Amino acid sequence: MHLAYPAVLAALLFCTGLYGVLARRNAILVLMSVELMLNAVNLNLVAFDVWLRDALHAGQALTLFTIAVAAAEIGIGMAIVLLVYRNRGSSDIDGLRDTAEQPDDGPEPPDDPSGDSSDAARPAGQKAEATA
Amino acid sequence: MTASASGAVTLTAAAHPGFLSPTGVEIAFVLVGLVTLGAALVTVTTKQLVHAALWLVVALGGLAVEYLLLTAEFIAWVQVLIYVGSVVVLLLFGLMLTRAPIGRSPDADSGNRLPALAVAIAAAAALVWVVVDAFRTTWIDLGTRQGSTDAVGAILFKHWVLPFEALSVLLLAALVGAIVLSRKGGTPESGKDPQASKDPQSGKSPESGKDGASGTTPGERDKEPR
Repeated sequence: MHLAYPAVLAALLFCTGLYGVLARRNAILVLMSVELMLNAVNLNLVAFDVWLRDALHAGQALTLFTIAVAAAEIGIGMAIVLLVYRNRGSSDIDGLRDTAEQPDDGPEPPDDPSGDSSDAARPAGQKAEATA
Repeated sequence: MTASASGAVTLTAAAHPGFLSPTGVEIAFVLVGLVTLGAALVTVTTKQLVHAALWLVVALGGLAVEYLLLTAEFIAWVQVLIYVGSVVVLLLFGLMLTRAPIGRSPDADSGNRLPALAVAIAAAAALVWVVVDAFRTTWIDLGTRQGSTDAVGAILFKHWVLPFEALSVLLLAALVGAIVLSRKGGTPESGKDPQASKDPQSGKSPESGKDGASGTTPGERDKEPR
């Protein structure tokens, strides 16, 4: 098999996931796009492992590790998304602007001035660095 | 490793099939690859959230078939078990618990669609150009199976035991983290009134979502380490 086939397919899948991460608004759709990017990397690892005939099968072992890390990532990410939804009533990542710089006290629809902004800012920061 | 790599290179160069004479494996790979890529494109562009998760099943299953065509069969079955069986179910649970709309939701895409499209197309063009230019004259010899369960298991527990154990510790940490994140009343000062005042639809919807979150997320996490 020509090596360019799996390599090109992996590149196109990665860019599809990149578009999804940048263009989606719902946090769960962003997690799906991250899964697509991880799977593109897995396809590259498997293809190059089969091509190189590695004696240690480093590519396939690393693919297994990547799948396990992706499973852990999706579990933690889903817990964070559900926590954000519980605190905010929405899982849109456009609305998580607590750590952004406000031009002049810009009004946010989901942020109530009821004194719990510190409670709501904490999962927003975690969410931002989880999907970054 | 380098000796075997160079041996493989000379072997595939000696075999050297023609560029425009595709074998059956290549035809199958391209066809399944087109299906996979199309399903991935629908996943990132559809307006219906549940349909996105179901098209993700098609994309991940197509990738499992690609692993089978690359003779990495153990990876293929792990892919089917963990991704199609567990991750997509977890995503569907997440969509259900965050009360995703069933029909078409017009705000599935954010405002920066066109910059995202430009970045993705530029990255795709650059990557495909570089990859095709680099691997234009390399062929994979698929004569012998290299990813059977026997071989991968022997290699994994003979040479990769220490990363494997570290990975189990990581999975335990993820399990504990998911439980801590989705636990109900962590601190006493986090009262119930912000949830009631923040929920736009009704007062009782976050309660049901929270009960489901603390019940399903650690339970799903239990299945993922094999």
